[in-house]
Amino acid sequence: MDYIKTSAPQDGVVLIELNRPEKRNALNNATLKQLADTLAQLDGDVTVKTVVITGNEQCFAAGADLNELAQLDVVSIQQDQRPLLWKRIDEFSKPLIMAVNGYAFGAGFELALHGDIVISGENAQFALPEIGLGMLPGAGGTQRLARLVGQQLAMRWAMTGEMIPARVALQHGISSQICPTGLTVQYALELAAKIAKQAPLAIKVIKQSLKSIHEVTLSQGLKLERQHFVWLAATQDRQEGINAFLEKRKPEFRGV
Amino acid sequence: MDYQTIIVEEKNAVGCLTFNRPKQLNSFNETMHQEVSKVLKAWAKDQNIRAVVISAEGRGFCAGQDLNDRVVDPNADAPDLGLSIEKYYNPLIKLITEMPKPVVCAVNGVAAGAGANIALACDIVLAAKSASFIQAFCRLGLVPDSGGTWFLPRLVGRAQAMGMAMLGDKISAEQALQLGMIWQVVEDDQLKAEAEKMGEHLAKQPTYGLSLIKKAIHAAADNNLDDQLILERDLQRLAGRSHDYREGVQAFMQKRTPDYKGC
Repeated sequence: MDYIKTSAPQDGVVLIELNRPEKRNALNNATLKQLADTLAQLDGDVTVKTVVITGNEQCFAAGADLNELAQLDVVSIQQDQRPLLWKRIDEFSKPLIMAVNGYAFGAGFELALHGDIVISGENAQFALPEIGLGMLPGAGGTQRLARLVGQQLAMRWAMTGEMIPARVALQHGISSQICPTGLTVQYALELAAKIAKQAPLAIKVIKQSLKSIHEVTLSQGLKLERQHFVWLAATQDRQEGINAFLEKRKPEFRGV
Repeated sequence: MDYQTIIVEEKNAVGCLTFNRPKQLNSFNETMHQEVSKVLKAWAKDQNIRAVVISAEGRGFCAGQDLNDRVVDPNADAPDLGLSIEKYYNPLIKLITEMPKPVVCAVNGVAAGAGANIALACDIVLAAKSASFIQAFCRLGLVPDSGGTWFLPRLVGRAQAMGMAMLGDKISAEQALQLGMIWQVVEDDQLKAEAEKMGEHLAKQPTYGLSLIKKAIHAAADNNLDDQLILERDLQRLAGRSHDYREGVQAFMQKRTPDYKGC
Protein backbone atom coordinates (compact mmCIF):
# COMPACT_ATOMS: atom_id res chain seq x y z
CA MET A 1 0.00 0.00 0.00
CA ASP A 2 1.23 3.46 -0.85
CA TYR A 3 0.18 5.69 1.99
CA ILE A 4 2.11 8.64 0.63
CA LYS A 5 2.46 10.17 -2.83
CA THR A 6 5.71 11.85 -3.76
CA SER A 7 6.17 14.35 -6.58
CA ALA A 8 8.66 17.00 -7.63
CA PRO A 9 6.53 19.98 -8.71
CA GLN A 10 9.43 22.44 -8.81
CA ASP A 11 13.19 22.50 -9.12
CA GLY A 12 14.71 21.22 -5.89
CA VAL A 13 11.32 20.91 -4.19
CA VAL A 14 9.66 17.62 -3.30
CA LEU A 15 6.01 17.39 -2.30
CA ILE A 16 4.87 14.50 -0.11
CA GLU A 17 1.12 14.00 0.13
CA LEU A 18 -0.32 11.80 2.85
CA ASN A 19 -2.67 9.57 0.96
CA ARG A 20 -5.04 7.55 3.11
CA PRO A 21 -8.16 9.65 2.56
CA GLU A 22 -10.53 6.86 3.63
CA LYS A 23 -8.81 6.85 7.05
CA ARG A 24 -8.42 10.63 7.17
CA ASN A 25 -4.68 10.08 6.74
CA ALA A 26 -4.43 8.38 10.13
CA LEU A 27 -0.74 7.83 10.78
CA ASN A 28 -0.30 4.10 11.16
CA ASN A 29 3.18 2.64 11.47
CA ALA A 30 3.30 1.81 7.77
CA THR A 31 2.63 5.44 6.81
CA LEU A 32 5.24 6.72 9.26
CA LYS A 33 7.74 4.18 7.98
CA GLN A 34 7.16 5.22 4.37
CA LEU A 35 7.54 8.83 5.42
CA ALA A 36 10.77 8.18 7.32
CA ASP A 37 12.20 6.06 4.48
CA THR A 38 11.29 8.66 1.88
CA LEU A 39 12.80 11.49 3.92
CA ALA A 40 16.01 9.47 4.46
CA GLN A 41 16.27 8.92 0.72
CA LEU A 42 15.59 12.61 -0.03
CA ASP A 43 18.18 13.61 2.55
CA GLY A 44 20.81 11.81 0.50
CA ASP A 45 19.69 13.28 -2.81
CA VAL A 46 21.69 16.45 -3.57
CA THR A 47 19.14 17.67 -6.11
CA VAL A 48 16.51 17.92 -3.35
CA LYS A 49 16.66 21.20 -1.42
CA THR A 50 13.36 21.42 0.46
CA VAL A 51 10.43 19.15 1.22
CA VAL A 52 6.76 20.00 1.70
CA ILE A 53 4.41 17.60 3.48
CA THR A 54 0.66 17.98 3.12
CA GLY A 55 -2.55 15.96 3.42
CA ASN A 56 -5.63 16.92 1.41
CA GLU A 57 -7.95 19.93 1.59
CA GLN A 58 -10.17 18.47 4.32
CA CYS A 59 -7.58 16.73 6.39
CA PHE A 60 -3.87 16.90 7.11
CA ALA A 61 -3.82 13.85 9.37
CA ALA A 62 -6.41 12.91 11.95
CA GLY A 63 -4.18 11.19 14.49
CA ALA A 64 -2.70 7.79 14.98
CA ASP A 65 -4.42 4.64 13.76
CA LEU A 66 -6.61 3.63 16.69
CA ASN A 67 -7.18 0.10 15.42
CA GLU A 68 -3.44 -0.37 15.43
CA LEU A 69 -3.05 1.21 18.86
CA ALA A 70 -5.84 -0.86 20.39
CA GLN A 71 -3.97 -4.08 19.68
CA LEU A 72 -0.90 -3.04 21.66
CA ASP A 73 -0.42 -3.98 25.31
CA VAL A 74 2.27 -2.61 27.61
CA VAL A 75 4.90 -5.04 26.40
CA SER A 76 4.30 -4.57 22.69
CA ILE A 77 4.14 -0.77 23.09
CA GLN A 78 7.56 -0.93 24.68
CA GLN A 79 8.85 -2.82 21.67
CA ASP A 80 7.01 -0.64 19.17
CA GLN A 81 9.24 0.91 16.54
CA ARG A 82 7.14 4.09 16.40
CA PRO A 83 9.43 6.30 18.52
CA LEU A 84 12.29 5.36 16.21
CA LEU A 85 10.24 6.33 13.17
CA TRP A 86 9.46 9.74 14.67
CA LYS A 87 13.13 10.16 15.49
CA ARG A 88 14.06 9.47 11.87
CA ILE A 89 11.57 12.09 10.67
CA ASP A 90 13.00 14.55 13.19
CA GLU A 91 16.52 13.88 11.89
CA PHE A 92 15.76 15.03 8.36
CA SER A 93 18.39 17.69 7.76
CA LYS A 94 16.78 19.80 5.02
CA PRO A 95 14.01 22.39 5.41
CA LEU A 96 10.69 20.65 6.04
CA ILE A 97 7.54 22.68 5.40
CA MET A 98 4.13 21.49 6.56
CA ALA A 99 1.14 22.62 4.51
CA VAL A 100 -1.80 21.98 6.80
CA ASN A 101 -5.40 22.08 5.60
CA GLY A 102 -8.25 20.81 7.73
CA TYR A 103 -7.70 18.51 10.67
CA ALA A 104 -4.29 18.05 12.25
CA PHE A 105 -5.24 16.01 15.29
CA GLY A 106 -3.11 14.03 17.73
CA ALA A 107 -0.29 12.41 15.82
CA GLY A 108 -1.25 14.62 12.86
CA PHE A 109 -0.62 17.72 14.97
CA GLU A 110 2.60 16.15 16.24
CA LEU A 111 3.72 15.53 12.67
CA ALA A 112 3.04 19.19 11.87
CA LEU A 113 5.14 20.12 14.90
CA HIS A 114 8.04 18.19 13.31
CA GLY A 115 8.03 20.75 10.49
CA ASP A 116 10.47 23.65 10.44
CA ILE A 117 7.79 25.93 9.00
CA VAL A 118 4.03 25.41 9.12
CA ILE A 119 1.65 27.10 6.69
CA SER A 120 -2.01 26.51 7.26
CA GLY A 121 -5.20 26.90 5.32
CA GLU A 122 -7.91 28.94 7.00
CA ASN A 123 -9.83 25.72 7.63
CA ALA A 124 -6.96 24.20 9.61
CA GLN A 125 -7.79 22.89 13.08
CA PHE A 126 -5.12 21.62 15.42
CA ALA A 127 -5.82 19.54 18.51
CA LEU A 128 -4.35 17.01 20.90
CA PRO A 129 -7.43 14.87 21.58
CA GLU A 130 -5.47 11.98 23.13
CA ILE A 131 -6.77 12.91 26.59
CA GLY A 132 -10.26 11.95 25.45
CA LEU A 133 -8.98 8.42 24.95
CA GLY A 134 -7.31 8.32 28.34
CA MET A 135 -3.89 8.81 26.78
CA LEU A 136 -1.36 11.55 26.34
CA PRO A 137 0.29 12.70 23.12
CA GLY A 138 3.16 10.31 22.59
CA ALA A 139 5.19 11.81 19.77
CA GLY A 140 6.44 15.04 21.24
CA GLY A 141 3.06 16.76 21.48
CA THR A 142 3.48 17.94 25.05
CA GLN A 143 7.13 18.80 24.53
CA ARG A 144 7.14 20.60 21.21
CA LEU A 145 3.85 22.39 21.78
CA ALA A 146 4.93 23.73 25.16
CA ARG A 147 8.19 24.96 23.69
CA LEU A 148 6.27 26.78 20.96
CA VAL A 149 3.35 28.28 22.85
CA GLY A 150 4.40 28.12 26.51
CA GLN A 151 3.25 26.00 29.41
CA GLN A 152 -0.12 27.71 30.01
CA LEU A 153 -1.63 26.99 26.64
CA ALA A 154 0.05 23.63 26.23
CA MET A 155 -1.40 22.48 29.56
CA ARG A 156 -4.83 23.67 28.60
CA TRP A 157 -4.83 22.19 25.12
CA ALA A 158 -3.32 18.85 26.17
CA MET A 159 -5.69 18.52 29.13
CA THR A 160 -8.88 19.46 27.30
CA GLY A 161 -8.24 18.34 23.73
CA GLU A 162 -9.77 21.68 22.65
CA MET A 163 -9.61 22.56 18.97
CA ILE A 164 -7.15 25.25 17.99
CA PRO A 165 -8.41 27.10 14.91
CA ALA A 166 -5.98 28.39 12.29
CA ARG A 167 -6.21 31.98 13.54
CA VAL A 168 -5.26 31.01 17.09
CA ALA A 169 -2.47 28.75 15.84
CA LEU A 170 -1.04 31.72 13.95
CA GLN A 171 -1.29 33.97 17.00
CA HIS A 172 0.75 31.55 19.08
CA GLY A 173 3.41 30.67 16.58
CA ILE A 174 2.20 27.18 15.70
CA SER A 175 2.10 28.36 12.10
CA SER A 176 3.65 31.30 10.31
CA GLN A 177 0.94 31.99 7.73
CA ILE A 178 -2.74 31.43 7.01
CA CYS A 179 -3.95 31.32 3.43
CA PRO A 180 -7.20 30.41 1.69
CA THR A 181 -7.51 26.64 1.83
CA GLY A 182 -7.24 26.22 -1.93
CA LEU A 183 -3.87 27.97 -2.00
CA THR A 184 -2.06 26.42 0.98
CA VAL A 185 -0.07 23.91 -1.04
CA GLN A 186 0.75 26.42 -3.77
CA TYR A 187 2.06 28.94 -1.22
CA ALA A 188 3.99 26.25 0.65
CA LEU A 189 5.62 25.22 -2.63
CA GLU A 190 6.44 28.86 -3.45
CA LEU A 191 8.07 29.24 -0.04
CA ALA A 192 9.92 25.96 -0.56
CA ALA A 193 11.15 27.16 -3.95
CA LYS A 194 12.34 30.41 -2.40
CA ILE A 195 14.32 28.48 0.22
CA ALA A 196 15.57 26.01 -2.42
CA LYS A 197 17.32 28.89 -4.19
CA GLN A 198 19.36 29.76 -1.09
CA ALA A 199 22.80 28.42 -0.27
CA PRO A 200 22.16 24.82 0.86
CA LEU A 201 25.02 24.72 3.37
CA ALA A 202 23.86 27.91 5.04
CA ILE A 203 20.29 26.60 5.13
CA LYS A 204 21.51 23.40 6.74
CA VAL A 205 23.32 25.17 9.57
CA ILE A 206 20.42 27.57 10.11
CA LYS A 207 18.20 24.55 10.68
CA GLN A 208 20.75 22.95 13.01
CA SER A 209 21.26 26.18 14.89
CA LEU A 210 17.56 26.79 15.38
CA LYS A 211 16.76 23.19 16.27
CA SER A 212 19.39 23.24 18.99
CA ILE A 213 17.72 26.06 20.94
CA HIS A 214 15.77 23.63 23.09
CA GLU A 215 18.76 21.38 23.70
CA VAL A 216 21.43 23.80 24.84
CA THR A 217 21.91 26.89 26.99
CA LEU A 218 22.13 30.33 25.42
CA SER A 219 25.90 30.54 25.84
CA GLN A 220 26.38 27.09 24.29
CA GLY A 221 23.95 28.04 21.53
CA LEU A 222 25.87 31.22 20.78
CA LYS A 223 29.08 29.16 20.57
CA LEU A 224 27.44 26.73 18.14
CA GLU A 225 26.12 29.57 16.05
CA ARG A 226 29.58 31.13 15.91
CA GLN A 227 31.12 27.79 14.84
CA HIS A 228 28.60 27.48 12.04
CA PHE A 229 29.33 31.06 11.04
CA VAL A 230 33.05 30.44 10.89
CA TRP A 231 32.58 27.15 9.05
CA LEU A 232 30.46 28.84 6.36
CA ALA A 233 33.35 31.23 5.72
CA ALA A 234 35.11 28.29 4.09
CA THR A 235 32.35 27.80 1.51
CA GLN A 236 32.37 29.09 -2.05
CA ASP A 237 28.68 29.94 -1.78
CA ARG A 238 29.43 32.55 0.88
CA GLN A 239 31.97 34.17 -1.45
CA GLU A 240 29.43 34.00 -4.28
CA GLY A 241 26.78 35.60 -2.09
CA ILE A 242 29.02 38.52 -1.19
CA ASN A 243 30.30 38.95 -4.77
CA ALA A 244 26.81 38.88 -6.22
CA PHE A 245 25.71 41.54 -3.72
CA LEU A 246 28.62 43.81 -4.56
CA GLU A 247 28.16 43.28 -8.30
CA LYS A 248 24.38 43.89 -7.94
CA ARG A 249 23.41 40.58 -9.49
CA LYS A 250 21.54 37.46 -8.34
CA PRO A 251 23.77 34.89 -6.64
CA GLU A 252 24.10 31.36 -8.04
CA PHE A 253 24.54 28.98 -5.14
CA ARG A 254 25.94 25.53 -5.76
CA GLY A 255 26.13 23.99 -2.31
CA VAL A 256 29.93 24.05 -2.08
CA MET B 1 -39.30 15.95 4.82
CA ASP B 2 -41.90 17.34 7.22
CA TYR B 3 -41.02 20.24 9.46
CA GLN B 4 -43.07 21.59 12.34
CA THR B 5 -41.73 25.13 12.42
CA ILE B 6 -40.50 25.93 8.92
CA ILE B 7 -41.45 25.41 5.28
CA VAL B 8 -38.66 24.20 3.02
CA GLU B 9 -38.74 24.39 -0.77
CA GLU B 10 -36.06 23.77 -3.34
CA LYS B 11 -36.70 25.04 -6.86
CA ASN B 12 -34.50 26.29 -9.70
CA ALA B 13 -31.38 25.87 -7.56
CA VAL B 14 -32.85 28.19 -4.89
CA GLY B 15 -33.36 26.98 -1.34
CA CYS B 16 -36.34 28.75 0.21
CA LEU B 17 -36.62 28.55 3.99
CA THR B 18 -39.77 30.06 5.46
CA PHE B 19 -40.24 30.54 9.21
CA ASN B 20 -43.61 29.03 10.01
CA ARG B 21 -44.79 29.78 13.53
CA PRO B 22 -47.00 32.72 12.56
CA LYS B 23 -49.05 32.71 15.80
CA GLN B 24 -45.84 33.19 17.80
CA LEU B 25 -44.53 35.77 15.30
CA ASN B 26 -42.05 33.09 14.21
CA SER B 27 -40.07 33.32 17.43
CA PHE B 28 -37.49 30.60 17.92
CA ASN B 29 -37.93 27.59 20.16
CA GLU B 30 -35.59 24.59 20.27
CA THR B 31 -37.39 22.68 17.52
CA MET B 32 -37.18 25.65 15.16
CA HIS B 33 -33.47 26.04 15.89
CA GLN B 34 -32.85 22.39 15.15
CA GLU B 35 -34.88 22.41 11.96
CA VAL B 36 -33.38 25.64 10.58
CA SER B 37 -29.87 24.48 11.38
CA LYS B 38 -30.42 21.10 9.74
CA VAL B 39 -31.65 22.69 6.52
CA LEU B 40 -28.95 25.39 6.33
CA LYS B 41 -26.20 22.84 7.00
CA ALA B 42 -27.48 20.65 4.17
CA TRP B 43 -27.72 23.59 1.76
CA ALA B 44 -24.21 24.77 2.61
CA LYS B 45 -22.89 21.46 1.27
CA ASP B 46 -25.40 20.97 -1.55
CA GLN B 47 -23.83 22.00 -4.88
CA ASN B 48 -27.29 22.05 -6.48
CA ILE B 49 -28.47 24.88 -4.22
CA ARG B 50 -26.90 28.11 -5.44
CA ALA B 51 -28.83 30.71 -3.46
CA VAL B 52 -30.84 30.77 -0.25
CA VAL B 53 -33.93 32.86 0.49
CA ILE B 54 -35.09 33.24 4.08
CA SER B 55 -38.62 34.54 4.60
CA ALA B 56 -41.51 34.16 7.02
CA GLU B 57 -45.21 33.32 7.24
CA GLY B 58 -47.85 35.58 8.75
CA ARG B 59 -47.56 39.22 9.78
CA GLY B 60 -44.20 39.14 11.57
CA PHE B 61 -40.75 38.12 10.32
CA CYS B 62 -39.31 36.84 13.58
CA ALA B 63 -39.66 37.98 17.17
CA GLY B 64 -36.41 36.43 18.33
CA GLN B 65 -36.47 34.07 21.25
CA ASP B 66 -39.81 32.53 22.23
CA LEU B 67 -40.13 33.87 25.76
CA ASN B 68 -42.55 31.08 26.68
CA ASP B 69 -39.43 28.94 26.87
CA ARG B 70 -37.92 31.46 29.22
CA VAL B 71 -40.32 31.98 32.08
CA VAL B 72 -38.07 33.00 34.93
CA ASP B 73 -39.01 31.97 38.44
CA PRO B 74 -38.05 34.97 40.60
CA ASN B 75 -37.06 32.68 43.49
CA ALA B 76 -34.92 30.26 41.48
CA ASP B 77 -31.29 30.63 40.48
CA ALA B 78 -30.58 32.98 37.58
CA PRO B 79 -30.96 31.26 34.22
CA ASP B 80 -27.89 30.81 32.02
CA LEU B 81 -28.81 32.69 28.86
CA GLY B 82 -25.36 31.95 27.44
CA LEU B 83 -26.32 28.32 26.93
CA SER B 84 -28.84 28.77 24.15
CA ILE B 85 -26.66 31.43 22.52
CA GLU B 86 -23.73 29.04 22.50
CA LYS B 87 -25.80 26.09 21.38
CA TYR B 88 -28.18 27.68 18.91
CA TYR B 89 -27.95 31.40 18.06
CA ASN B 90 -24.20 31.69 17.48
CA PRO B 91 -24.02 28.62 15.23
CA LEU B 92 -27.10 29.90 13.33
CA ILE B 93 -25.45 33.26 12.61
CA LYS B 94 -22.29 31.48 11.49
CA LEU B 95 -24.29 29.17 9.23
CA ILE B 96 -25.68 32.26 7.49
CA THR B 97 -22.46 34.31 7.33
CA GLU B 98 -20.30 31.34 6.32
CA MET B 99 -22.79 29.94 3.81
CA PRO B 100 -20.76 29.63 0.60
CA LYS B 101 -23.58 31.10 -1.47
CA PRO B 102 -25.73 34.23 -1.29
CA VAL B 103 -28.41 34.43 1.39
CA VAL B 104 -31.34 36.74 0.64
CA CYS B 105 -33.70 37.72 3.44
CA ALA B 106 -37.28 38.90 2.94
CA VAL B 107 -38.44 40.78 6.03
CA ASN B 108 -42.24 40.86 5.81
CA GLY B 109 -43.11 42.38 9.19
CA VAL B 110 -41.62 42.99 12.58
CA ALA B 111 -38.09 41.66 13.13
CA ALA B 112 -37.37 41.97 16.81
CA GLY B 113 -34.49 40.94 19.06
CA ALA B 114 -32.55 38.04 17.62
CA GLY B 115 -35.03 38.10 14.71
CA ALA B 116 -33.67 41.49 13.61
CA ASN B 117 -30.08 40.32 13.86
CA ILE B 118 -30.72 37.09 11.97
CA ALA B 119 -31.99 39.29 9.14
CA LEU B 120 -28.92 41.55 9.37
CA ALA B 121 -26.66 38.50 9.17
CA CYS B 122 -27.98 37.77 5.67
CA ASP B 123 -26.21 39.07 2.58
CA ILE B 124 -29.03 40.97 0.90
CA VAL B 125 -32.02 42.11 2.95
CA LEU B 126 -35.31 43.11 1.33
CA ALA B 127 -38.02 44.52 3.55
CA ALA B 128 -41.69 45.16 2.98
CA LYS B 129 -42.81 48.79 3.46
CA SER B 130 -44.64 47.77 6.64
CA ALA B 131 -41.70 45.83 8.11
CA SER B 132 -39.75 47.09 11.09
CA PHE B 133 -36.64 46.30 13.12
CA ILE B 134 -36.47 46.45 16.90
CA GLN B 135 -33.43 45.81 19.08
CA ALA B 136 -35.75 44.87 21.93
CA PHE B 137 -33.08 43.40 24.20
CA CYS B 138 -32.48 46.54 26.27
CA ARG B 139 -36.07 46.58 27.46
CA LEU B 140 -35.53 43.29 29.31
CA GLY B 141 -32.10 44.16 30.63
CA LEU B 142 -30.32 42.17 27.95
CA VAL B 143 -27.64 42.76 25.32
CA PRO B 144 -28.24 42.52 21.57
CA ASP B 145 -27.04 39.04 20.66
CA SER B 146 -26.88 36.93 17.50
CA GLY B 147 -24.27 39.34 16.19
CA GLY B 148 -26.33 42.48 16.80
CA THR B 149 -23.57 44.41 18.54
CA TRP B 150 -21.23 43.49 15.67
CA PHE B 151 -23.51 44.02 12.67
CA LEU B 152 -25.16 47.24 13.81
CA PRO B 153 -22.14 49.54 14.23
CA ARG B 154 -20.72 48.19 10.96
CA LEU B 155 -23.96 48.76 9.08
CA VAL B 156 -25.17 52.08 10.49
CA GLY B 157 -22.28 53.52 12.52
CA ARG B 158 -21.80 53.74 16.25
CA ALA B 159 -24.18 56.58 17.03
CA GLN B 160 -27.13 54.93 15.34
CA ALA B 161 -26.21 51.52 16.71
CA MET B 162 -26.03 52.84 20.26
CA GLY B 163 -29.38 54.60 19.90
CA MET B 164 -31.10 51.51 18.53
CA ALA B 165 -29.57 49.19 21.11
CA MET B 166 -30.14 51.42 24.14
CA LEU B 167 -33.58 52.80 23.29
CA GLY B 168 -35.03 49.70 21.65
CA ASP B 169 -37.22 51.83 19.39
CA LYS B 170 -38.97 50.54 16.32
CA ILE B 171 -37.03 51.31 13.12
CA SER B 172 -39.21 51.37 10.04
CA ALA B 173 -38.18 49.69 6.80
CA GLU B 174 -37.73 53.13 5.20
CA GLN B 175 -35.51 54.29 8.06
CA ALA B 176 -33.50 51.09 7.88
CA LEU B 177 -32.97 51.70 4.17
CA GLN B 178 -31.88 55.32 4.72
CA LEU B 179 -29.41 54.21 7.38
CA GLY B 180 -27.89 51.62 5.06
CA MET B 181 -29.02 48.74 7.25
CA ILE B 182 -30.79 46.90 4.43
CA TRP B 183 -30.65 46.69 0.66
CA GLN B 184 -34.14 47.50 -0.54
CA VAL B 185 -37.71 48.31 0.46
CA VAL B 186 -40.57 46.97 -1.67
CA GLU B 187 -44.37 47.12 -1.57
CA ASP B 188 -45.81 44.59 0.88
CA ASP B 189 -47.54 42.56 -1.80
CA GLN B 190 -44.39 42.49 -3.96
CA LEU B 191 -42.02 41.20 -1.29
CA LYS B 192 -42.26 37.48 -1.84
CA ALA B 193 -42.04 37.81 -5.63
CA GLU B 194 -39.08 40.20 -5.43
CA ALA B 195 -37.17 37.96 -3.03
CA GLU B 196 -37.77 34.91 -5.20
CA LYS B 197 -36.72 36.84 -8.31
CA MET B 198 -33.53 37.89 -6.53
CA GLY B 199 -32.90 34.30 -5.44
CA GLU B 200 -33.41 32.95 -8.95
CA HIS B 201 -31.13 35.57 -10.44
CA LEU B 202 -28.37 34.82 -7.93
CA ALA B 203 -28.74 31.07 -8.50
CA LYS B 204 -27.75 31.57 -12.13
CA GLN B 205 -24.67 33.63 -11.24
CA PRO B 206 -21.09 32.35 -10.67
CA THR B 207 -21.77 30.99 -7.17
CA TYR B 208 -18.17 30.26 -6.30
CA GLY B 209 -17.17 33.82 -7.16
CA LEU B 210 -20.05 35.15 -5.07
CA SER B 211 -18.89 33.03 -2.13
CA LEU B 212 -15.45 34.62 -2.41
CA ILE B 213 -17.00 38.12 -2.51
CA LYS B 214 -18.89 37.26 0.66
CA LYS B 215 -15.72 36.04 2.32
CA ALA B 216 -13.81 39.18 1.34
CA ILE B 217 -16.46 41.62 2.51
CA HIS B 218 -16.82 39.83 5.84
CA ALA B 219 -13.05 39.77 6.32
CA ALA B 220 -12.87 43.51 5.60
CA ALA B 221 -14.65 44.23 8.86
CA ASP B 222 -11.58 43.07 10.76
CA ASN B 223 -8.73 43.56 8.31
CA ASN B 224 -6.48 46.50 7.73
CA LEU B 225 -6.00 47.60 4.12
CA ASP B 226 -2.73 45.72 3.67
CA ASP B 227 -4.23 42.42 4.81
CA GLN B 228 -7.33 42.99 2.73
CA LEU B 229 -5.27 43.67 -0.39
CA ILE B 230 -3.43 40.40 0.17
CA LEU B 231 -6.71 38.59 0.70
CA GLU B 232 -8.11 40.07 -2.53
CA ARG B 233 -5.06 38.79 -4.37
CA ASP B 234 -5.51 35.31 -2.88
CA LEU B 235 -9.24 35.14 -3.57
CA GLN B 236 -8.75 36.43 -7.11
CA ARG B 237 -6.22 33.63 -7.63
CA LEU B 238 -8.88 31.14 -6.61
CA ALA B 239 -11.59 32.86 -8.65
CA GLY B 240 -9.35 32.82 -11.72
CA ARG B 241 -9.14 29.04 -11.52
CA SER B 242 -12.89 28.61 -11.60
CA HIS B 243 -14.90 27.26 -14.48
CA ASP B 244 -17.27 30.22 -14.33
CA TYR B 245 -14.51 32.80 -14.81
CA ARG B 246 -13.37 31.12 -18.01
CA GLU B 247 -16.94 30.75 -19.15
CA GLY B 248 -17.62 34.41 -18.39
CA VAL B 249 -14.64 35.62 -20.41
CA GLN B 250 -15.44 33.29 -23.31
CA ALA B 251 -19.09 34.31 -23.37
CA PHE B 252 -18.04 37.96 -23.42
CA MET B 253 -15.66 37.38 -26.33
CA GLN B 254 -18.24 35.38 -28.24
CA LYS B 255 -20.97 37.93 -27.41
CA ARG B 256 -23.26 35.30 -25.89
CA THR B 257 -24.95 34.75 -22.53
CA PRO B 258 -22.67 32.86 -20.14
CA ASP B 259 -23.81 29.51 -18.79
CA TYR B 260 -22.54 29.48 -15.22
CA LYS B 261 -22.24 26.24 -13.28
CA GLY B 262 -21.45 27.73 -9.88
CA CYS B 263 -17.96 26.27 -9.64
